[in-house]
Amino acid sequence: MMDRSKALARATRLRMNFEAAGAQVVEPPLLQPAGTLLDLYGEDIRARAYVTSDAVRGEQMLRPDFTLPVVQMHMREGAEPARYTYAGEVFRRQEHDPDRSNEYLQVGYEIFERDDPAAADAEVFALIALQLRGLPLRAATGDIGILMAAVQGLNTTEMRKTALMRHIWRPRRFRSLLDRYAGRSPVPESRLKLLSSEGPLTGSATVLGKRSEAEVAERVALLREDAAAAPIAENELLALEALMAVRETVPFAIEQMRDIAVDLPAINPALDRLDGRVAALKARGIDIESLDFEASYGRTSMEYYDGFVFGFYAEARPDLPPIASGGRYDALTRQLGQGGEIPAVGGVLRPDLMLMLEEGQS
Amino acid sequence: MSLKLGVPSKGRLMEKTFDWFAKRGLTLARTGSEREYAGAIAGVEDMELVLLSAGEIPRELAAGRIHLGVTGTDLVQEKLPLWEQQLEEMQPLGFGHADLILAVPQCWIDVETLDDLDAVAASFRKTHGHRLRIATKYHRLVREFLTEAGVADYQLVDSQGATEGTVKNETAEMVADITSTGETLRANHLKLLSDGLVLQSQATLWRSRVASYSEADRVALKALAGLIHD
Repeated sequence: MMDRSKALARATRLRMNFEAAGAQVVEPPLLQPAGTLLDLYGEDIRARAYVTSDAVRGEQMLRPDFTLPVVQMHMREGAEPARYTYAGEVFRRQEHDPDRSNEYLQVGYEIFERDDPAAADAEVFALIALQLRGLPLRAATGDIGILMAAVQGLNTTEMRKTALMRHIWRPRRFRSLLDRYAGRSPVPESRLKLLSSEGPLTGSATVLGKRSEAEVAERVALLREDAAAAPIAENELLALEALMAVRETVPFAIEQMRDIAVDLPAINPALDRLDGRVAALKARGIDIESLDFEASYGRTSMEYYDGFVFGFYAEARPDLPPIASGGRYDALTRQLGQGGEIPAVGGVLRPDLMLMLEEGQS
Repeated sequence: MSLKLGVPSKGRLMEKTFDWFAKRGLTLARTGSEREYAGAIAGVEDMELVLLSAGEIPRELAAGRIHLGVTGTDLVQEKLPLWEQQLEEMQPLGFGHADLILAVPQCWIDVETLDDLDAVAASFRKTHGHRLRIATKYHRLVREFLTEAGVADYQLVDSQGATEGTVKNETAEMVADITSTGETLRANHLKLLSDGLVLQSQATLWRSRVASYSEADRVALKALAGLIHD
């Protein structure tokens, strides 16, 4: 068992480093209203967070991360631009993996700033890399924004693009939608029957429940429209698949993605932004030549990130979660901003794991 | 100490369990008054009968307080996320069949698959301002099934009974419930999703991997295994 006071001391030191870098210390509460988290993550969050409740406030969750309360606080009362730091416990259920901690310390650094997102991305990454220097870690980076641009740029209907965008973070569902829209998977028998029948759209069944007849009819109409739409073109599909498979050091990854952009020109602006970020990282002394880039990185576990994403992993300990991770979450500020929005990027460190690796080294 | 067998304390499940063991030469019986939950076993030396609610048997097995237990696959998998590490499936008993299924109103003629459900959940949320509600008592199983299938924008609402009625009462849009014949579903104007079978369950004899076994317990277990596998 890791000595808790040592981890706390390390967390305090890291937070002081972030303060020295210009961040203001914030202390979000441990109990968070469950509604916001459920709206954002859906029921899946119940598998990850501890829920408690009382008769007056209803369901609350033990803070599963800091980003959400920090964003809410900033959108409510923050001045611009802002840099925040925090250190404290987060709580995660580990029912399928009891060897992982269900309570641990996180220290974070978050930037809310409108000008120069590339510089802000590089600032967060470089500052976190600096805290980790000397540890045997591998950094992985990615950019969800490139994938989103690729989907937005597909030559297909808005409905299909919306459905694909909604499942960017669920690779399996994304795959099955893509196969369907490309005409690769057979249309289910039941669907063919539904689309072929003329006349009333709601059938003869007793109408019950909150979903109205009109809603059913509307979807049937949409499905008919969709059945008439052309499949996604082969060259676009292959390009999208090639894009999702890109896994290289940054310079080679960019080269490959520029080639792919011949068939998916919509990703060029996102690639320009990546170029800008790479220049900013270089300016901060990050060795770009050996930095890994995976186009699909962050698609499974980092649901609110929509741009730059990164994680630091212990190479000799593949069983450990990332020692640090972070990314850009512009859309989250829009979702929680009640009309407001601001570009934002941040990352967190695990002081307990840092100590464990250091002890293993000595 | 003796080898403890946990059996549901009442109802058809208890009777059928008694019958199943009786056919294999093991007599289980309740002792004392109708209301007293005590039991006896004859047929294997050093065995003890523990009568419990079926819902508590998974927990008792996982805690190692009983060595063997009869309960449904559904209850084991709902209550024990690490059931494969904690329990060994010794023998399915061939009764107590029940499927945990997803069902939607029959009037949703546009919904036949999980794919449809996911699309409808997205538009329902947009239209009604809340996530599509699924009434169930099997929260873990349903959530894990839907996560695996990549269905989003739904919400589980707890229903411990009369689950099929929740749609009519508009406290849920659909249900995830146990069914053996589907008759209750049809009577409530609901239909199955074609790929919405969450779990097929039946009464099963489980062995705890975490309980401690004395020499006498091992002898008893071997004798029992000989009886049930013949």
